[in-house]
Formats: sequence, structure tokens, C-alpha cells
Amino acid sequence: MPAVSETREAVEKLARSKYEWGFETDVEMDLAPKGLNEDIVRLISARKNEPQWMLEWRLKAFRQWQEMDEPQWAKIKHPPIDFQDAHYFAQPKKKPGPKSLDEVDPELLKTYEKLGIPLHEQEMLAGVEGAGERTPVAVDAVFDSVSVATTFRKTLAEAGVIFCPISEAIIEHPELVKQYLGSVVPVGDNFFSALNSAVFTDGSFVYVPKGVRCPMELSTYFRINARNTGQFERTLIIAEDQATVSYLEGCTAPQRDENQLHAAVVELVAMEDASIKYSTVQNWYPGDENGKGGIYNFVTKRGICKGDRARISWTQVETGSAITWKYPSCILAGKGSVGEFYSVAVTNGHQQADTGTKMIHLAPDTRSTIIAKTISAGESDSTYRGLVRMQPKARNGRNFTQCDSLLIGDQCGAHTVPYIESRNMSARVEHEATTSKISEDQLFYCRSRGFSEEEAVGLIVNGFCREVLKELPMEFAVEAQKLLQISLEGSVG
Amino acid sequence: MSGETSLAWQALRERAGERAALLGAEGVPTKRVEAWHYTSLQPLNQVKWQAAPALDEAQVGARLSELNLPKGQGLVVFANGRFCAGLSSLPETVKQGSGEDEANEPALLADRFAAQLNAALRQPGLNLHVPEGCDAGLLVLVSLTEGDEVSTHLHHRITLEKGARLSLLDVQLGRGRYFTNPQLDVECAEGAHLTHVTRQDESAEAIRLGISGARIEGRGNYDSFTLNQGGALARQEVVSRLEGAFANVNVNAIQLIDGARLNDLTSMIHHASPDCTSRQTVRTVLSEAGQGVFQGKILVDQVAQKTDGYQMNQALLLSEKGQMNSKPELEIYADDVKCSHGATVGALDEDQLFYMRSRGVPEAQARDALVQAFLFETVELIEDETLREHLLKALPGYV
Amino acid sequence: MNDFLKIEGLKAQIDADGTPKEILKGLDLNIPKGEVHAIMGPNGSGKSTLSYVLAGREEYEVTGGTASFKGQDLLELEPEERAALGVFLAFQSPVELPGVNNANFLRTAVNAVRRARGEEELDAVAFLKLAREETARLSMSGEMLKRAVNVGFSGGEKKRNEVLQMRLLQPSLAILDETDSGLDIDALRIVAEGVNSLRGPDFSALVITHHQRLLEYIVPDRVHVMAHGRIIHSGGPEVATQLEKQGYKQFLEAAQ
Repeated sequence: MPAVSETREAVEKLARSKYEWGFETDVEMDLAPKGLNEDIVRLISARKNEPQWMLEWRLKAFRQWQEMDEPQWAKIKHPPIDFQDAHYFAQPKKKPGPKSLDEVDPELLKTYEKLGIPLHEQEMLAGVEGAGERTPVAVDAVFDSVSVATTFRKTLAEAGVIFCPISEAIIEHPELVKQYLGSVVPVGDNFFSALNSAVFTDGSFVYVPKGVRCPMELSTYFRINARNTGQFERTLIIAEDQATVSYLEGCTAPQRDENQLHAAVVELVAMEDASIKYSTVQNWYPGDENGKGGIYNFVTKRGICKGDRARISWTQVETGSAITWKYPSCILAGKGSVGEFYSVAVTNGHQQADTGTKMIHLAPDTRSTIIAKTISAGESDSTYRGLVRMQPKARNGRNFTQCDSLLIGDQCGAHTVPYIESRNMSARVEHEATTSKISEDQLFYCRSRGFSEEEAVGLIVNGFCREVLKELPMEFAVEAQKLLQISLEGSVG
Repeated sequence: MSGETSLAWQALRERAGERAALLGAEGVPTKRVEAWHYTSLQPLNQVKWQAAPALDEAQVGARLSELNLPKGQGLVVFANGRFCAGLSSLPETVKQGSGEDEANEPALLADRFAAQLNAALRQPGLNLHVPEGCDAGLLVLVSLTEGDEVSTHLHHRITLEKGARLSLLDVQLGRGRYFTNPQLDVECAEGAHLTHVTRQDESAEAIRLGISGARIEGRGNYDSFTLNQGGALARQEVVSRLEGAFANVNVNAIQLIDGARLNDLTSMIHHASPDCTSRQTVRTVLSEAGQGVFQGKILVDQVAQKTDGYQMNQALLLSEKGQMNSKPELEIYADDVKCSHGATVGALDEDQLFYMRSRGVPEAQARDALVQAFLFETVELIEDETLREHLLKALPGYV
Repeated sequence: MNDFLKIEGLKAQIDADGTPKEILKGLDLNIPKGEVHAIMGPNGSGKSTLSYVLAGREEYEVTGGTASFKGQDLLELEPEERAALGVFLAFQSPVELPGVNNANFLRTAVNAVRRARGEEELDAVAFLKLAREETARLSMSGEMLKRAVNVGFSGGEKKRNEVLQMRLLQPSLAILDETDSGLDIDALRIVAEGVNSLRGPDFSALVITHHQRLLEYIVPDRVHVMAHGRIIHSGGPEVATQLEKQGYKQFLEAAQ
């Protein structure tokens, strides 16, 4: 889901199909052979024209990964993943590394148009009916393994903001990448972060210099297209002192019978008084009604508030994927720094989600807020798993956590697993959780006012998620509301 | 030292003899096992636990008189795992069963380390039957352990037939560096009501892994309350399963932790039938370098519609070195339910302190009063007045 | 003995998310013994801050000026020492104390204050007798003594409970922080009677309010208008009527 306009057309599209984004784009692909070994890692690095240090880094990660086991603690079930049965590199054949939009394969551009992403800046600026004064959004589009186009680079460059594919940053800004890559999520942090570190192919790189307020929303759009490919994007965002940036991420994938693996790593670094807002609308293909196919989404996202009074805010709307395993976290290392996590997770059909956050309070006067809304329908299972830790130095640390689960139908499950650890007497942690079904009274009230049952459910669910949705940038919020409705289609009655 | 090669493991296996098979091969759980993530059993590993020798009944009797026990309809005393017939008396209405009836042992506690250990080394404890419709009144059960490097593994069983009632005051205390591992199996038949108050006052050097498992049938009620305030390392595990409509369980507790002690309240409330209720309030007060653990899970099966479950867990940290770890957990598979939990960890409320001080109450006194209020509110949940009074008197600072 | 409550150039700040925010900006105020003064002012003028600073709330940092009471440096004293000296703050939002029995709380407070004043402590019987009389006087049910302090009390009950505490503690300076907010006319009258009953040559009060209404029942000797952390105008009871009619505008303009 891109950060864009919803036109009337798009709305109609949404209504037509449960997973509208399931089309496949017919582009000639350059595929690495299936399997994963050091040669594949070398091949990825070579295709990206990477410097030697980057290759070394990848190889080290690969060796580490080989020694590691898949984590077993999450409340998810899936057949064993054969990591040798996937392509670890796929890119559109024609002109790798396009320098301008004109060089991009027209087929690709058509794909993005279908998805509603206006890669052409003109389209963007033309504005869309009813949008009012829309702020422009810079978009980086990642297609399978490769970033195909980044818009608005000039405007951003004038402000001093670097926004480019990470593959380019490795070559153009090696000093920044060397300093920060793996500094928040160490290579060996977990099985999937190690895997990502070895084989990541692209993703976004953002650097906002001291005192700069990024003049527009930055957005990355991810799409998995090729069959049997894994997508391993890597995102790194650095906000220097007093810098501010808001970053949006959207994801889709075609409908396929087999499961596809997505294992991203996102690292955020916020220095003194800096602020990073990271919003995600995740709509990977969830699999069919029998639980066949769908994306395995194993993502490691973590930010560090390095400087005093830094702020990192994660907002996520998770409606897609067969399996979601994801815990966007904040390390609050700067005095008075702030971490936030706002989440809506919707599961339907046979989806499974085990998601939540970690708030690690290391410094005095740090504050964190967690608002997690979970909606389970069909035969799905959804778990909130969160850790709040007050370390001995977190004097006057504060956390407030609210987790609410809504169950629709009696075949699904909703679970809440908070971990609360406090080692400072002046810190205060508060956690509240509720689980209930949609209120019959509310449903009846809406229906007696003329709403259909499905509309009523949508209305109530949107109300249930309001606290989270209001954290999304405006363009995203509208899309997200629609997505919620679509995700729950067929869940009542 | 890893779990399966520890001195303790070897010694306990040896003592278990043929029954060692019940222990499994994993050894003493390490912190990598999720259920023991916050409570390290390392102190258990380091000792060759031996069977506890018999104690002199006269001395045990003397110890009893210090306890200010309420006078109930019956008193049952165990010392170092042995029944003290001379000190015990049971009311005529109840029957002390004989022998173990393992065929009927509920699988409620399967896979739980404390229960495996008890199964392998168990010593016969109280085995009580309260017949249909009988109100057996108040029964006091005392388990005293004394000695160093010794362990006891009492196994008690209480069965309440239809509509039966019983209040049980379960007092556990001792002297020395011992290990105690008692298990209580509870069966509440339809409409039966068991009030179970555990006063855990073990020696400050002791290790304790206590566990109870209760099955509650329709309209039955298991009202449990645990006061955890002894032991160097003490976990009380309370497992309950609601198996008939309109059954209720209360799993309340207070933990008072000072020194460098660790107290742990771990519970599982399993709603396996529709229309049941469960209530849980656990409050922990930590001073000095005390470590507190609360792990409470509410599991609601798909059939358990109309479940009403509520859990509240609060901890007061009164010192710089205290540490609290909580893991309240909801696992829910039915949609028409009302389940919630809350947890707070923090110091005394500054607004409350200021309010009291602005009324002239000196700070130290205001702090004490707020801590007491925090605890008393939980004790108030015990309906039986005799038990409530007894427990209040067992709390420090009681005036 | 004109120096009863004497505040000069008082400055105080609070920590607002890491940055100090000055709220009292050099406030002067004198309340002689036996007088009732009122402070009126728009929201955010610093009225409640003043009451908290006088009662000794730690979150408010005094950065300048002085405040003395009966010749003692008030700012040096702990909250409970101020209470013993005779300062009583009736809270705008009385705090709930779950699990703390109201009667026990009142008795502890009364005896702590009596002890500090060198008076004899009341035994349980004597105290209960006194407390019953006072609750009856305030049309409070005796049940309220048995409940936890302010827990489950309605807004009106909480305010009455504050007045009950005030009557029992016999302060020489009562600060009423918007005690009238959220009260119906009957409750308002009872609260006012509680205050008036204490009026005398040894009792002073500072009545903080938004509305003239309360001042019809507790007629002040002086009325001060507060804005931007300072007293910008002082006068007789007529100021309250003037404010009710014309608002704060003219005072604000005159102060510019």
C-alpha cells in the first residue's frame, strides 16, 4: 500500500477482490540459481558492484547464520522452511540500476500504476481529487531484490537529505553505511537478521543531517514478484541532532500457491532531539482461504534513541502475510528519550501473527507508550508479545501499555504475552489488556441505523483501531481503513 | 553446572530409584526453559539433597504453639515429611484415605517440573475425602521442615464431593537450608467449595517448589490465597482447571520479599467449560535486594464461551536494588469472552504520599500505611473471617 | 502580628517534559491573622501551583522569593511539618487511598498533628465520638468513616471529606483550591458553613475560585486577581462582583 491517493477507481478495485494486488508482472528476470551458499553471497555482492568490505561483512554474517537455529518461541506453526529452495537474487533484466524513470521497464511502471503508486512526479504534483493540499511524497520502489526508482531526489538533495537505495549508499556513502549498518540490529541478533545480513539485496537508505526537518514524507514500496524468491530488504535511517523524518513503507506480493519468504531488517538511529516516525502498512499476500500460499514475514525492526530527548515512533497496520513475526523495538539510551509503538494486526483465514514490541529503557526520564490492537477472525491466530524493561539507570522511566484484542468468530485465537521487567524503583510500568468479541449492542445499534452487518463490523473495527490509525500519516490512514474492511470480508454472518 | 549433571539431580535420581523415570531426562530446568526464564534453579543444583530424618514430636508440638493457629475442626501435622499422629486430629465427618491412587491422578500438572519431582519422590501426605453435602469447617495443615541439605516431597490430596465445603489453612514453615517440594491435588465436585489459604513462611535459607492442581466441576469454587514470604528461592505454582459451567476460581496472592530472596507466584487458570469465572489479584512488595516473579496465564478453550476472567498484578518496589519480573498472559480461543488483565510496577504513589503528609502524617508513617493498605486490600479478599484475621497477624507490621 | 502569611517575589517552576516551565513569576501576597482572602484568576494563571507550593509539593521547584508563615520559613518545611504548623490544603481533586480506612487515616492525621503541637493524643473512643459529631454536622453518612479514603466517593462526598479533615485538624490557615468546582448548591452551602464555622481571630483562609458564587457564602475580606503567575489587582469583596460582570479583561489590560 503506497502512500497515495485513493481515487474512486481504486476504491472500486478494492471492493472487487479480496486481494486485489495479486497480479503478476511479466518482466524478464535475471535470477540467481536456487540455493544459498557462499557463492550466492559473492554473486549478490558482485551484481551490486559492492566494495570488498561489504562482501566480507556479508560472508561473516553468512557463516554466523549457518551456526544458528530458527527461533521456536513464537506462537506460530509452519512446515520447515527449506532455505535452499529459493532464489536469493532476482532482478528485472533490461537495465539494472536505472538512472532515471525513462530507463525503467515500462512493464514495471505499469505495475506501479496498477498499485496506485505515482512514480512520476508530475502525476504526484497534479494532485488528486479531494485530497486537498497534499504534501508530496518521495517514493523508493523495491521490486523483488532491486530498487527500481526513487523519486524527488533532487528536492531532497537540496535540503541535504539523502534518500536512495541502500545498494547505492554502500557505494556513494560508505562511511555512513559502515558506521551504522548492523549497529542497532547486530548481525547475529537472531536467525533472520543474520540471514538478511548475508543476502540482503536492496532497501532504502535515509540520512537527515543536523537540524534538518525532512521536507516531505519518504516512502518505500516493496513488492515481491518473481516466483520462489525471497525478499530481504535492508533499511537504514539516520536522523542527526534535531533532525526530523517521517517514513512510510508499504508491501504487496502476487498470489501464489507456495509460500514466499520475506526477512527484512530495519535500523533506525535518532540522535539528540531527533525524531523518526516509521509507518508500515503491510499487505503481503496472506494465502488463500485454505491457508495455501502466502508470505512468511520474518522481520527485525529496531531503533535506538541515541541522543537525549530523541523520539522514535513505530506505527504498523499488519493485515497481510500468512505468518507475521515482527517486533519493532526501541532502545531508549538517551536521557528523556521517547519510544512509541502503535499497532493494528488483523488476521483472517489461516493467518498467524506473533507481533509486538520491545521497549528497553536504559536512561533516566525515558518514556514509552504501547498501543496494540489485535483483531482475529476466521481460523487465524494472533499474539501480542511485548517486553518492557526498566534497567537500573532508568530513573523515572515510564511505560504505558494497552493491548486490546477483538475476536470475530469462535475458530480463531487471540493471545497476549507481555513481559514486564523493572529494576528501578522510581520507574513505573503500567500494562492493561482486554479481550472481547464485537459487542452485540454496538452491532445492533449500527444495523438499526441502516448499516449492513459487514459495514457495521468495519465501522466498529475502525473505531477499535482509531487510536492507532490516527498515528498514521493522512494518506496512509485512509488506505489502512479500507484494508481493515477488506481483510475482514467474509468473517461475519 | 548444567541441569542434568548437577549434584542435586544425581542425588534426587538416586533416591527416586525406579521412579526416576518420572523425572525425565532434561535435568533441572535452566533459564532457557520459558517457564523458568525469571527464576533460576541454580541454587537447587548445588546440593546433594538427602531424605529428611524424623523429628521429635514434642519439639514439633512446641513449635506449633508459637504459631497462634486458629482453632479449627481438625489439625494435621507433618514434620520432615512424616505424619505426626500424636499432634493431629481429624473431625469425624471427613475420612483420611489410604495409599496413593495414581490411576486417577489428573494430568493437570503434567510437564511441570515441581510435579515431576514430587511424583518421583513423593511422601504420602494428607488424603482427605469430604462427603457429599458435608461442611467440614476449618482444617489446619502444618508442614514443618528442619535440617540442612535435606528435602521433603509431601503429596496431599483433597476431594470434595458434591456440595461439600472445607476451609484449609495450609501453614508451611521450617528452619535450616532445606528443600521442600509439596504437591496438593484438589478435586471440587459439583457445587463444592474449597477455601485454601497457604501461609508460606519457610526458612529464609530454604528452597521451595510448591505446586497445587485443582479440578473444579460445575458451580464448584476453589478460592485460593497464597502468602509468599519465606524461602531463599520459593515458587508457588497454582494450577486450576474449570471443568463445569458456573464454576469459579480465585487465585490471589501476596508476596513480601526482602533480603536477597526470590519469591515466585506462577499460575495457570484454564477455562475448559463455558460460563465460568476466574479472579486473580497478586500483589508483591519488594524491599532490599528482593526479587519478585509473577507469571500468570489464563487459558480459554474454544468451548469456554461466556468466560469472565480478570487478573490484576501489582508490585511495589521500595528499594533501589529490588527487581520485579511479571508475565501475565492471556491465551484465548473463544470469542464470546470477557477477559482482561492489568499489571503495574512502581514505587509508592507520590500523590497519595503527599496527600497524607499534607494532613500531618509523617513520611515514614505514611509510607508504612500505604504499604499496609496495599497488602490489606488483598487479604480482604479472603471471605472467611478467621482465616483473614490469621493472615493479617502473620504479616509484618501488623498492629 | 501582621506577618501571618507573607509571600514575597515567589517564583516557582515545574518540569514539563524535560524543560522547566516557570509558573509563579514573582508573586506577592499577605494574609493577616484572622482574615479570609480570595484569589480569582483565569485558567493557567498559577492558582493551583500557588496552593501546592504553599503545601510543599516537591514537583514544584521554588526558584526565587520567600514565603513565611507565623514567622517561619514555610518553604524549608516538609509537608507534614507545615500541616502541624497549621497549614491545610483542601485539594481540588482529593486523592484516593485504596485500602486506607478513612477513620484510621483521620485519627492518625489528627494525632500526628496534635503530637507535633504538644497536645494530647485522642484515644479511639474520643476520636470516634468527635468524628461522628463532625460527620453529622456536614450531613455526611457515618458509613464514609468506614470506607477507604475517597475511594468510590462522589465529587461532593470528596469535598465534604476535605472539609471534615479541615474541621478535625483545626488549621490556622486553610487553602481551598477550587473547592466549589463540581458542587451543587446544597453541597456548596455545607462546605461554606464548614469554613465559616472556623472563622475567628486565629483562623485565616485563602479561597481559590473561579466563581463569585462561593464568595457569596464565604465572604472574603480581600479579593486578589491573579494572572500570569502574579497578583495583578487587589481589592475588597466588590472585586469579585466586578469580575463576574466584566470578566478579567479590564484587569489584564490595566496590568499591562
